[in-house]
Amino acid sequence: MTLELASLYALMLKSRLFEVAVASLWQEGLISGEMHLGTGEEAIIAGVVSQLQEGDALALDHRGTAALLMRGIDPLLILRELLGKPDGLCGGMGGHMHLFSKEHLAASSGIVGAEGPAALGFALSAQFLRPRGIAAAFFGDGAMNQGMLMESLSLAAAWKLPVLFVCKDDGWAITTQSRELTGGDLSERARAFGLSVSDVDGRDVQAVWQAAQAAIERARTGEGPSFLHANCVHFEGHFLGYQLIRAVRHPLTEMPRIAIPLTQSFLHPGGAALQERLAGLRAIIAALLATLRNPRRDPAYDPLRRARAALDIEPADLQALEDGVEEEINRLLESALVEAPL
Amino acid sequence: MRSMYFTQAIDDALAPAMSDDPRIILYGEDVPMLRRNLLVRFGPRRVRGTPISESAFLGMGVAAAMSGLRPVVEVYMVDFLGVCMDALLNHAAKVEAFSGGKWRAPLVVRAPCGGGYGDGGQHEQSLWGWLAHIPGMSVLVPSTPADAGGLMLAALQHDGPVVFLEHKLLSETMLEFLGTGGRATVQYDLPAEGVKGAVPAKWEALLLGKAALKRTGDDLTIASLGVSVHRALQAAELLEAEGILAGVLDLRSVSPLDKATLCEQVGWTGRLLVVDEDYEAFGLSGELSAVVLEAGLSCKYARVCTQTTIPYARKLEDEALPNRERICEAARRLVM
Repeated sequence: MTLELASLYALMLKSRLFEVAVASLWQEGLISGEMHLGTGEEAIIAGVVSQLQEGDALALDHRGTAALLMRGIDPLLILRELLGKPDGLCGGMGGHMHLFSKEHLAASSGIVGAEGPAALGFALSAQFLRPRGIAAAFFGDGAMNQGMLMESLSLAAAWKLPVLFVCKDDGWAITTQSRELTGGDLSERARAFGLSVSDVDGRDVQAVWQAAQAAIERARTGEGPSFLHANCVHFEGHFLGYQLIRAVRHPLTEMPRIAIPLTQSFLHPGGAALQERLAGLRAIIAALLATLRNPRRDPAYDPLRRARAALDIEPADLQALEDGVEEEINRLLESALVEAPL
Repeated sequence: MRSMYFTQAIDDALAPAMSDDPRIILYGEDVPMLRRNLLVRFGPRRVRGTPISESAFLGMGVAAAMSGLRPVVEVYMVDFLGVCMDALLNHAAKVEAFSGGKWRAPLVVRAPCGGGYGDGGQHEQSLWGWLAHIPGMSVLVPSTPADAGGLMLAALQHDGPVVFLEHKLLSETMLEFLGTGGRATVQYDLPAEGVKGAVPAKWEALLLGKAALKRTGDDLTIASLGVSVHRALQAAELLEAEGILAGVLDLRSVSPLDKATLCEQVGWTGRLLVVDEDYEAFGLSGELSAVVLEAGLSCKYARVCTQTTIPYARKLEDEALPNRERICEAARRLVM
């Protein structure tokens, strides 16, 4: 398999525009509950998923839409599912955290860390039933502290299972900065479990693709599991409507709602000494500042921009490529919003 | 009379208890952000964030409770107890029996539960029947701010493990966090009396296992808890217009269960309708029928529960969870 940057860029762009459309549907209230977008992590997904073949499996987390889209699942089915329509990918039963495609061996879970055991099972059945088949698991840095995922790393190595564990590290476990609550280094941890480890820049789709190629080949040839540690930013934080981002984006409306009860409680008699109270206040301010300083809005962290800049392509061809993807997504959105046949 | 939102009331009841008892500590995923008002009053030693390591931190809570602390351990949703059930099933609930009654684990597990906002079947379960099934576990499901605060105090004073469930349609913070996300474009069927209500000037612990009769009615007794209590009350109003008088009993606690009040009411009306957002089979609804039968009562019985995996699509979800229409229909059949 050779790296084709233009097609990787097209995959990433399609995913981005798809998810931007999903965000607007969510804002309009057409999607009700949580919505975890993968905007910002497209290079990691594209670099891995573009190399999967028939018989390979995907174990996805609550943020799996981009991977399914890039795996070739009909985007209209996905969009109809997110809208809760009976003709959606899962009949409106699953929603974005529980997307399944049996023919693609792709399963999602809203339980953090559950991708680990799932990938092991897909890999085990591949050893019996699908020669050279592998399983790829996608999860975040927060999941690395989940016991079942750590157990999976160990068992995969012990049984030499054909798994590629992909850690999409954005530094945040929901509203908590991971480094504050993680013992040791994630790559060192995977290495200690006996996995082959590569650290890559998750904003660079070519780097991810190359690291994934080696890891996938290793898995296909029975040499055992690998751990791909790729950093990224999530443009919308953990999920749409993420409280901390709202607070820093709209401080005038959001901050008083946080600050008033906080101040009352801080000054309330009964409780800890001033020093402890100040330490509590500092922790909250630190989380807000970290959200404010997070480079999610820095164009340099946008994997699409980076891929686009690296493209060796005539401007007219690039324009045609981008127009084509945009048109496809617009058409898709139009047909997804048609009322469902009941 | 003070008035408070549901989660605000729980935190407000926690604060004086923490002030009085330095053994109470709070921790769990994102707790510094979710309980930030308690964090700035009690400091980061007592209000702590954990990694997404439920097995470790819940198990830690059990032994910390056994060795002198009074931990309130938060899990993001009751569904996620599936990840770490061992700590409750095999440890917290067992230590009293195993130690010959000499050692107990005064642990409070606080977890949001319930559906009705479109988050799908892994994030909207109730599971209180599953938890109450275990001998040694107490399971509380308040339906109003006043009960929520009073039951949290009761949980803190109890010497064994208590699971305290906070319905997400009632919790202003969880619904904002997981549902609206700052949007004005989504609507949920929120029971006003459950979301906000009068609370006592000074919090006092409620008795564990004491049901509250929310409405009297001679024709049938609707036993329920959590958000379903409010659905049942609304249904009872509709039924009254048809000449059917339904009493509504808010169990408030699954375990211990107020069998006496249940039997007293059902003995009077001769008809029991259980409205339970938890799964229908092998759970609370069946247990209540056993309780009245064991008491020697003869009654007509029906139930409105969740029978399937909770669908993601809002329309399907509304049909799967107990709703007013299903309650009214079941009540009409019972009095026919």
